[in-house]
Amino acid sequence: MEIRTRVIESIMVLSLVGELDSRSAPDVQQRILAGMPRNECVLLDFSGVTFVSSAGLRTMLLIYRQAQSMDSTVGLVGLSDEIRSVLSATGFLGFFIVSDSLALGLAALRHVEQEASGVA
Amino acid sequence: MTTTARPVQDRIESFPTERIAGYGVRPGRVLPFGASLVPSGVNFSVYSSCAQAVTLVLFKNSATTPFAELPFPEEFRIGAVWSMTVFDLEIEDLEYGYRVYGPSDPDAGDRFDPTQVLADPYAKAVSGRSVWGVEPDWTDPYPYRSRLTFDDFDWDGDQPLRLPAEDLVIYEAHVRGFTNDPSSAVAHPGTYAGLVEKIPYLKELGVNCIELMPVFEFDEFQGGRVDEDTGESLLNYWGYSTVSFFAPKAGFAATGRYALQRDEFKHMVKELHSAGIEVVLDVVFNHTAEGNQDGPMIHFRGLDNRVYYLLTGEGDYYNFSGTGNTVNCNSPVVRDYVLSCLRFWAAEYHVDGFRFDLAAILSRGPDGAPMENPPLIESLAYDPVLQDCLLIAEAWDAGGLYQVGSFPNYRRWSEWNGKYRDTARRFLKGDPGMVGDLAKRVVGSPDLYHGRGTHSSINFLTCHDGFTLADMVSYNDKHNEANGEGNRDGANDNNSWNGGVEGPTADPDVRGLRNRQLKNAMVLLLTSQGVPMILSGDEVGRSQQGNNNAYCHDSVLSWFDWSLVNENSELLRFVRNCIGFRLATPLLRTRHHPRGSDVNGYPDVSWHGSRAWDADWSEESRLLAVLRSGELADGEAGFLYIALNSHWAANLLELPALPAELRWHVFANTSVAAPDDVATPGLEPVLPDQGWITIGPRAALVLVGRRLTS
Repeated sequence: MEIRTRVIESIMVLSLVGELDSRSAPDVQQRILAGMPRNECVLLDFSGVTFVSSAGLRTMLLIYRQAQSMDSTVGLVGLSDEIRSVLSATGFLGFFIVSDSLALGLAALRHVEQEASGVA
Repeated sequence: MTTTARPVQDRIESFPTERIAGYGVRPGRVLPFGASLVPSGVNFSVYSSCAQAVTLVLFKNSATTPFAELPFPEEFRIGAVWSMTVFDLEIEDLEYGYRVYGPSDPDAGDRFDPTQVLADPYAKAVSGRSVWGVEPDWTDPYPYRSRLTFDDFDWDGDQPLRLPAEDLVIYEAHVRGFTNDPSSAVAHPGTYAGLVEKIPYLKELGVNCIELMPVFEFDEFQGGRVDEDTGESLLNYWGYSTVSFFAPKAGFAATGRYALQRDEFKHMVKELHSAGIEVVLDVVFNHTAEGNQDGPMIHFRGLDNRVYYLLTGEGDYYNFSGTGNTVNCNSPVVRDYVLSCLRFWAAEYHVDGFRFDLAAILSRGPDGAPMENPPLIESLAYDPVLQDCLLIAEAWDAGGLYQVGSFPNYRRWSEWNGKYRDTARRFLKGDPGMVGDLAKRVVGSPDLYHGRGTHSSINFLTCHDGFTLADMVSYNDKHNEANGEGNRDGANDNNSWNGGVEGPTADPDVRGLRNRQLKNAMVLLLTSQGVPMILSGDEVGRSQQGNNNAYCHDSVLSWFDWSLVNENSELLRFVRNCIGFRLATPLLRTRHHPRGSDVNGYPDVSWHGSRAWDADWSEESRLLAVLRSGELADGEAGFLYIALNSHWAANLLELPALPAELRWHVFANTSVAAPDDVATPGLEPVLPDQGWITIGPRAALVLVGRRLTS
């Protein structure tokens, strides 16, 4: 699976391309978790993801939990209707901040950052 | 030598000792039974008391021919258990089964057949019927395919709710039927996820326990046929025919096609719990989908036929279940299997309890005779994992064993109280001679459950089996023609009354009477001690057009019609308030039966008629009033007066006098038009005449005696 990393307005955006299944999941997990920033927001762009299997869902949850333990926040954009439906039916969707577009995803995460800094 | 650090969990067991059919393997672990993920591989463990050899058969998803067959080496067997760890399997693209070799001698009870691929009785997920109603490939040599799935889940601290049993209001529902009708307007109709979308409705209704009709994997196409008259395809819709006991029905999951039914089921339980609603599963251990000698070979028959089924001396199947076979529940091996299965559902899925279909069969011994001290039922009663689970017996079977009130209970089991249903329905329709028995039923049936607690009595008027409540007041007779058996199937003793016209009518008098009878029924059910169970849809007057055995209808006939929520909002409001009243009134939920003790200077329970303190117990009496004395929710002294009149004439009732500082308030009066038929709990208006009240023809009254609120 291809993972493109870029930083847009200080938010790390990871764009995944391909199928997230038991073949690709261990590698994706390792690469994303290794680069997970502390106390920041990360946006996962799934617009290039065509399929998420059971193992893929678990990788997503692990990324979320790892981010949480590092006081980071994970946003999700670009979900296909099918993937969104699967995430919703299994409850995985509730763990993430989900937005309909990259711009909205960035805005949502900036809002989280502002709230966090406001509290601090 | 490489010095690359390996993860610490890597151990010597992570390496194969030999190769079979191209795969690295090593002797497996005997326990746990079934297939389990272990580091770098899968551990397969299967047992059979008299198999001579076993082969593991591996398929890619949906493939009709296996990609590998791995015979278990004889030295991998310990006792009767064959176990093997196989390395480097792609578990998301894997289905597995077994070929089991042994004698084929049906007269002696042995039916081994290695030409068949058998499913793993411990499979945690099954594919083959993954999407409901999709016509299967009938030529598939392996129709119910065992799969491996991940068991991790983020529960967020969820655990079973452990509500006191006597506080429950149970709602019996069918996962698919609850939301499959387009009127449900949910995103995932007919599924576990769809049910989650309707949790707000359940919360508003007020029920705190949902009892799901069978959710263990079954085959909706089993016994499927087409009604020649209507062209309707008839399915095994209810699902009382288990294919795989450890696997949630994939076709009930919106994500079943991705084998995510375990996650979806867990999410449903978690969401129900967070709404304060317990989950009870209707489980069917009395028989299996393998049927009789002509049925399909799925697992048990080819693994160890004699161990799993009750057989006659000639090797034929006993049929106490009415479905072809009878599980040999009290054989030690099957006992252990059932216990493991229930422990699994309690621990893995956080379910709060189980209702056992035709549970009387669970008390039969290997010869088919009822046992005095059936070890399976005893084991379940005392099991540490199941300690907080509700255990409910349907205490009869199709072989004539009727154990309501006498089911071996170990002070632990509750029962579907069939006598409550029969008496309450006969009283409501106006049968004579019912008042004496009704009195026992409304106080938790102490004649049946004395010393066991009122929660032993699961009170119900209707369940999936039989008329809906709306049909109970609309039909004298069953109308099962749509089942394609010439109206011969289904029970004939319905204890129902149509009010003067059979079926739908525009007659306002008949409609008014039926509406009142529905409310009378709900008052009776929801003010009785014991645990009330409501059939899903009865709160909105759902009809099945007089069909009292809708097991085969996957159609509008059996689905919940959500347009009724608006159409019958008057009844729904009445039921909601009755549930709210019950939950706000501890006096209706006391765990102990009446003691005859003095409370507030009154007996805890006393009986009344037209005259206070003078109930009419005669054959012709159709009126009964009960006075309960105790504490209200605020801890203050309080009283309840519940009067039920199934006579066709109105009656003037003398009310028992209250202590000076208390006044009668009216919670419900079914002969009054809505919205005054029922009050909001806690806001009951004071009764103007504290001495007398008229109860209408075929009506129910609920009064609360408490201080005047200033």
